[in-house]
Amino acid sequence: MVRRYGDVLALDRVSLDVAAGQSVALVGESGSGKTTLLRCFNRLVEPTSGMISVGGSNVGDRPSVELRRMIGYVPQDGGLMPHWRILRNVALVPTLLGIPDARAVAIDVLALVGLPAERFGDRFPHELSGGQRQRAALARALAARPGVVLMDEPFGALDAITRSDLQAAFDALRHELSFTMLMVTHDLAEAARLADELVVMRAGRIEQQGTIDRLASSPATPYVGTLLERALAASAPLRGLA
Amino acid sequence: MRRARLAAVVFASAIVAAGRARAQVIEPPVVEARRVPIIVASKPFGESYLLAEMLAQLLESHGMVVDRRMGLGQTEIAMQALRSGAIDVYPEYTGTGLLAVLHDSLTDSLASDPRRVFAHVAREFASRYGVRWLPPLGFQNSYAIAVRRETAARYHLRTLSDLARESGHLVAGFTPDFIGRPDGLAGLARVYGVHPRAVRPLAPAVKYQALASGAVDVIDGYSTDGLLSKYDLVTLADDKHFFPPYEAAAVVGTRMTRERPEAIAALTMLSGVLDESRMRVLNRRIEVDGEDVKRVAADALRDIGLAGGMSAGARTAGSARNPGSLSTKGSLSRYLWERRAAIWTLVLQHLLLVALALGAAIIVAVPLALALERARSAAEPTIGALGVLETIPSIALLAFMIPLFGIGVKPALVALWIYALYPIARSAYSGVRDADPSAVEAAEALGMTPRQRLLQVRLPLAAPVIMAGIRTAAVITVGAATLAAFIGAGGLGEPIVAGLALADTNMILSGALPAAVLALVVDGALALVERAVAPAHTRHTASR
Repeated sequence: MVRRYGDVLALDRVSLDVAAGQSVALVGESGSGKTTLLRCFNRLVEPTSGMISVGGSNVGDRPSVELRRMIGYVPQDGGLMPHWRILRNVALVPTLLGIPDARAVAIDVLALVGLPAERFGDRFPHELSGGQRQRAALARALAARPGVVLMDEPFGALDAITRSDLQAAFDALRHELSFTMLMVTHDLAEAARLADELVVMRAGRIEQQGTIDRLASSPATPYVGTLLERALAASAPLRGLA
Repeated sequence: MRRARLAAVVFASAIVAAGRARAQVIEPPVVEARRVPIIVASKPFGESYLLAEMLAQLLESHGMVVDRRMGLGQTEIAMQALRSGAIDVYPEYTGTGLLAVLHDSLTDSLASDPRRVFAHVAREFASRYGVRWLPPLGFQNSYAIAVRRETAARYHLRTLSDLARESGHLVAGFTPDFIGRPDGLAGLARVYGVHPRAVRPLAPAVKYQALASGAVDVIDGYSTDGLLSKYDLVTLADDKHFFPPYEAAAVVGTRMTRERPEAIAALTMLSGVLDESRMRVLNRRIEVDGEDVKRVAADALRDIGLAGGMSAGARTAGSARNPGSLSTKGSLSRYLWERRAAIWTLVLQHLLLVALALGAAIIVAVPLALALERARSAAEPTIGALGVLETIPSIALLAFMIPLFGIGVKPALVALWIYALYPIARSAYSGVRDADPSAVEAAEALGMTPRQRLLQVRLPLAAPVIMAGIRTAAVITVGAATLAAFIGAGGLGEPIVAGLALADTNMILSGALPAAVLALVVDGALALVERAVAPAHTRHTASR
């Protein structure tokens, strides 16, 4: 698949397979094309050439609005509607899909992410902490029980403790709800914790795809090697302290 | 004899061209011609009000119905209104017709002979515009360049040639009109070599006070002004016969000439019966003593034996149309209290003008901004163009509307609408463009349709910014609507225009104060609307 912006190749002959139920993290530095690739899956970005199929059908063949309702999405800062209460935010996709009791669905999923509706449902997003807002955003993405969830730096803007809590909560949810997950992150530790496989991207190309162990033991390119080394070096002193 | 200068000059040629292009209006058959009102107008200065009121009362005393449109400002607007059939008759001066309307140059033989000037102007107006000059009323109101008596003594000033010799020592206070017109300052400089040390543009209403107080040394007065004698001023002789004759006469539009011979006959009775000394006395009663224009006009008609005092029509004609009635120089509060009913009517007129113009602007500007948001390359040029319209001086924009829409409420509404477009379009565009980008992106990513995103997310989030633009537009419109009186649209500008013309401060304030209060009230009311449409989360916080 190729995506071109004028003369710039944002995605350069990228090819990627994600098995159903698997979770994959796209890692790489800013401008490596990982967010662009993620956004191709729900047609926020249209590929210049090539195609993406989800569950065997080409996403380009489906109306984008209908497609997006079937795919969960969590942006970095949550992207909650500031003028809607939490319950309405979380009920958004079920409501769009015309599910009869969208409110009940929203209440259920809020409980799953640890935000009981009786306490949080009536609040506005700005009345929640950053971590609570991300939980709400997660609940909104999962409310209609999509088969695929896309996350763009979902926990990037949180402090370390909140972040760790949320990662744990998310991990539990994924095993309970079993969806295919694609996330963008620049944090290798987060990628290792939440994803089955990592996809390392650089300058619009995929350098290597595989588990963190495989990437560490046999990097396909010098770049992957350096990336893994640096990440391990950064966490080594902390490990020593523990 | 004055002429709107300002930027209206820029549009004068366009107005003339558009006026020519305008097709003849076909009048519906009139069952009883006498019941169709004759529309009598004036320009915005005291003598014009007085003469127009005399014409109106004369018609009423002959059983005709009159509609008054006083204070149209100024020559271009009144003349265009006459040519387009929006008014039927108003008083004008031959010299003004010659120079300001026809733009004919003066030849010596013309300049020296009032009868030849009148004949030339009457012939040219009839053939070019279909406008008829009735025989002159009998007096001239020429420019009277005036100085204080002590200035005249110190510099030995008797004539304009004397003035030219000493003009380097003197500060002039001239009306913008005089500064701009060819028979004004430019001509004085060319013919006499008058080059004052400084030239201050002054409103007609304040120039006598400015001269008397010493703020300026020389002004452009009018030979029949009542204030010339009040302040003991010396008028300088036009020793080179520079100024053309300015004979006053009623000018009449095509429709009246064709269909209302009885009205023409009535008005012609006023021809030749007024002289300059009588006019000075009458003008003084209005300008200095602050007497009611209607009463002075009625007295004048009775004195020359043309009508038996104030007619029933004159007494009952809506006082809102002529703010000159009940004029007294008493306390402001009493003045306002006595005129509360009329002021209230004007407030309602004003409010209606503002509401209609603003409503129409919202209906156009908000969807326009939304369209531009989807075609962003066109946004800045389009909004920029609206901004350029915003810079046209109000009075010029109003003048520009006349050939297209006549005079009265319609052109005023269009002009005010144009003024309101820019702030609303600008704020709506910015508001929608900048509304919480991550919420807007999430709305798209989660499968809301473009329409849902607009109505449920982007517009609600942009509402405070859009409302701020609407409030700005509303306050601008309340202010600009006071100028609509210059083209006969009524509203609170009416007493302002009339008060400026008649140098009546109370009258000015009876329009200006309610207009200021109205601006505050409208802004306050819209603040409540703004709170009501504010996004729920901001309201929620505010209520805590």
